[in-house]
Amino acid sequence: MADNGVITDDSVDTSRRKFLTTATVALGAAGAAFALVPFVSSWKPSERARALGAPTDLDLAKVEPGQMTILTWRKQQIYVVKRTPEMLASLANHDARLKDPQSEKSEQPEYAKNASRAVRPDVLVLIGVCTHLGCLPKQRFEPGVAELGADWPGGFFCPCHGSRFDLAGRVFEGSPASVNLRIPPYQIAGETLTVGVDSSQKGAA
Amino acid sequence: MLAGAVVAVPTWAAEGPEAGAKAEEEGHAAQAARDFKHWKAENEVTNLPSLQRGARNFTGYCLGCHSLKYVRWSRVGEDLDIPEEQLEKFLLPPGDKPADYILTSMPAQDAANWFGKTPPDLSLIVRARGADYVYQFLKTFHVDASKPTGVNNLRLEGTAMPHVLSELEGVKKAVYQVEETKGEDGKPHTERVFQKFETVVPGRLSAADYDAFVRDTVNFLDYASEPAQVKRRSLGVWVVLFLIAFTWLAMLLKKEYWKDVH
Amino acid sequence: MANPSNPNAPKYTGLKGWFYDRLPIAEFIDTQLTGYFAPKNFNFWYYFGVLSLVALVLQLVTGIFLTMFYKVGEATAFDSVEFIMREVQFGWLIRYLHSTGASFFFIVVYLHMFRAMLYGSYKRPRELLWLFGMAVYLALMAEAFMGYVLPWGNMSFWGAQVIVNLFSTIPAIGGPLVEWIRGDYGIADATLNRFFSLHVVAVPLALILLVVLHLVALRHHGSNNPDGIEIKKNLDKSGKPVDGIPFHPYYTVKDLVGVGVFLIALAIVVFFVPTLGGLFLEGPNFEPANPLSTPEHIAPVWYFTPYYAILRAVPDQQLGALLMFLAVAAFIFLPWLDRSPVKSIRYKGWMSKLALTVFAVSFIALGYLGLQPAEGVYVFYARVFAVLYFAFFFLMPFYTRMEQTKPVPERLTYHAHA
Repeated sequence: MADNGVITDDSVDTSRRKFLTTATVALGAAGAAFALVPFVSSWKPSERARALGAPTDLDLAKVEPGQMTILTWRKQQIYVVKRTPEMLASLANHDARLKDPQSEKSEQPEYAKNASRAVRPDVLVLIGVCTHLGCLPKQRFEPGVAELGADWPGGFFCPCHGSRFDLAGRVFEGSPASVNLRIPPYQIAGETLTVGVDSSQKGAA
Repeated sequence: MLAGAVVAVPTWAAEGPEAGAKAEEEGHAAQAARDFKHWKAENEVTNLPSLQRGARNFTGYCLGCHSLKYVRWSRVGEDLDIPEEQLEKFLLPPGDKPADYILTSMPAQDAANWFGKTPPDLSLIVRARGADYVYQFLKTFHVDASKPTGVNNLRLEGTAMPHVLSELEGVKKAVYQVEETKGEDGKPHTERVFQKFETVVPGRLSAADYDAFVRDTVNFLDYASEPAQVKRRSLGVWVVLFLIAFTWLAMLLKKEYWKDVH
Repeated sequence: MANPSNPNAPKYTGLKGWFYDRLPIAEFIDTQLTGYFAPKNFNFWYYFGVLSLVALVLQLVTGIFLTMFYKVGEATAFDSVEFIMREVQFGWLIRYLHSTGASFFFIVVYLHMFRAMLYGSYKRPRELLWLFGMAVYLALMAEAFMGYVLPWGNMSFWGAQVIVNLFSTIPAIGGPLVEWIRGDYGIADATLNRFFSLHVVAVPLALILLVVLHLVALRHHGSNNPDGIEIKKNLDKSGKPVDGIPFHPYYTVKDLVGVGVFLIALAIVVFFVPTLGGLFLEGPNFEPANPLSTPEHIAPVWYFTPYYAILRAVPDQQLGALLMFLAVAAFIFLPWLDRSPVKSIRYKGWMSKLALTVFAVSFIALGYLGLQPAEGVYVFYARVFAVLYFAFFFLMPFYTRMEQTKPVPERLTYHAHA
């Protein structure tokens, strides 16, 4: 036993000390985890970001058949295409050339997991961000365009690394991208398209 | 600051003890009425119906000139439990979207030209001056022919704001009493001391209803000054309880180890 | 691999061993934690050192996060603070932790300094420790002053205007100096920007460096204690101080309780009374800076008010500013003003006890008076207490020499805790 003020003999209840130490450390760790929450949460989009990311409207009557319009929602480009009957017809018959023809692995709302990947077949709404590394795909609606080959049915071509998508945003084999172009939540009421709002009650318009 | 004693003879001293007790009560009430700088707003920001009424009052009577530029309509809807359809129907000015900040349609330069100064934004008025101050301000407008607006305000002398609530409160005049006081220099001065208000033209609301109107509005402005305050207090209870538990445990641990020390 | 300087040291294995082999971790633990002997009679006054450290860490962390959202610039600063309060998730909490933390930092630092005055912790051989501490205090005051300007409220603006103007009282160079500090002809965007840089980068770095030096100086001789006895003078057979106990686990575990109490007090203020009735967050600062409209009562935040009261007590601006600076600087000279043969107030005579009590009362009274308008009876009392404040320092060489001291015991007085 040392001569200074500290006892070091068997009167020490080590099991109680171990218990108390473990309990204190555990509660302290829990407290530290709770204390982290406000700091980590502060990085989430602020109310301003969410307000600026509020739903955006488009008057569909202003879009000509065969034409594409771009709007911005949550800092992303949204492609809206008024598809003609020919364009819709081009969607059939090339499932074998697609990586994910039924959109099993791709990201879209439930109501867009159909043959035309849309609520209303003539209105295609896509997030214009290539699912490979994020470039903006360009529209190549003309079938059989020279640089894309005679069997090109029309769709989107990404200039960065050559990914190709059809007129429903589905990705072709041979593309660096592995899933179809994403579809945002949207709804159509009459001739007004609202991107960013999901009405799970409404299926087709 | 160091005005001398006010010389006044209480009425009860002249009339005898029984009349004294009642008169003393009236005396207290009159004293409280005179003492407008100590009127209390006594608002509760947890009272949602009051806040909802206050929001409606603000939109109806204040938004014409004053903005709440740090507050969004949608946030008001969320915090005050107002569904979006009602927000759009009753509160949102035409053309404004729920995510917008609450801005006034009056152009700032025009306001400065008309009133002499731009009506200030009210997002932080309760934090800057206090809820009591705002309450007192809205309750002490009185006629004053010498002012361009025809009114003055006891709480903020020389205010450029017209009496926008006169339709509800009515028009009143301030009654003063000239009193002899002793100034700091020891010489006698005469001072006009406010006694009470007298109604000139009654408003649409009774005195009690107007008072409730003002309290609701002040309550809403208190909320707008710091929307997080209710959440802050409720979260605080849990945090303090947790910390007390932790400290108690740490205390047990400390006492255990310090058994060693002699 | 063994410790290269001690071939008999235990070998550590695994990942822990990899680090222990390449950094002096084991030595650090041995000399600074389990092997560092601190006096066993530390009382209530001895919590405030570690609490100062906790406060510093709190300010650094919350400050870093605030800087992620704050937008410096006279057109954007005020709005960005409201953005933090209303639209950043938990922004209000981070902001209140920082503003309350600043005030708590000063409460803790003042109590920490008072401990040194009680027990003569500034006396030989710890004079440099005290000087580093004073440097920390001065840096802290600069940091707090500049931090208060950043929200660009009306009190931020006018407080800066008044305090920066004080430097104009310095003879000859005063005028150009003030313009140089401001970067403009009045407090302006240029001032705000440079204060931001100093507050966020330069002074925190200086603070951290000074705190490290402060701790190194402390550990070199070891702590003083309430009896003012040097425990290293009394060693046992193995060379350990008989009145010392290992810092770890005894003081780590005791300080944990202190930290807990500190956090409880902090949480109560942050969550329930963050403005503390205008003491911690002043009402006029919720209005944007307005060069055309001075607040009714310009007052600095409470931790500066003792010195502010002294400034205003003197009818002459130049002399007032000089006395104010002297009031802060006076602390620096304590190790040499205190001529007592004993360290601790416990063994000093009645004169020192009276003087220290009068000083403490004066400091608090001046603090209160600094918050009041500079009129009438307030000015009178400010003058009285200012005189008493300076008397504590100026008379100290005399009363500490003259008075009868009590004999200092060989061993510490220690009463075992229940």
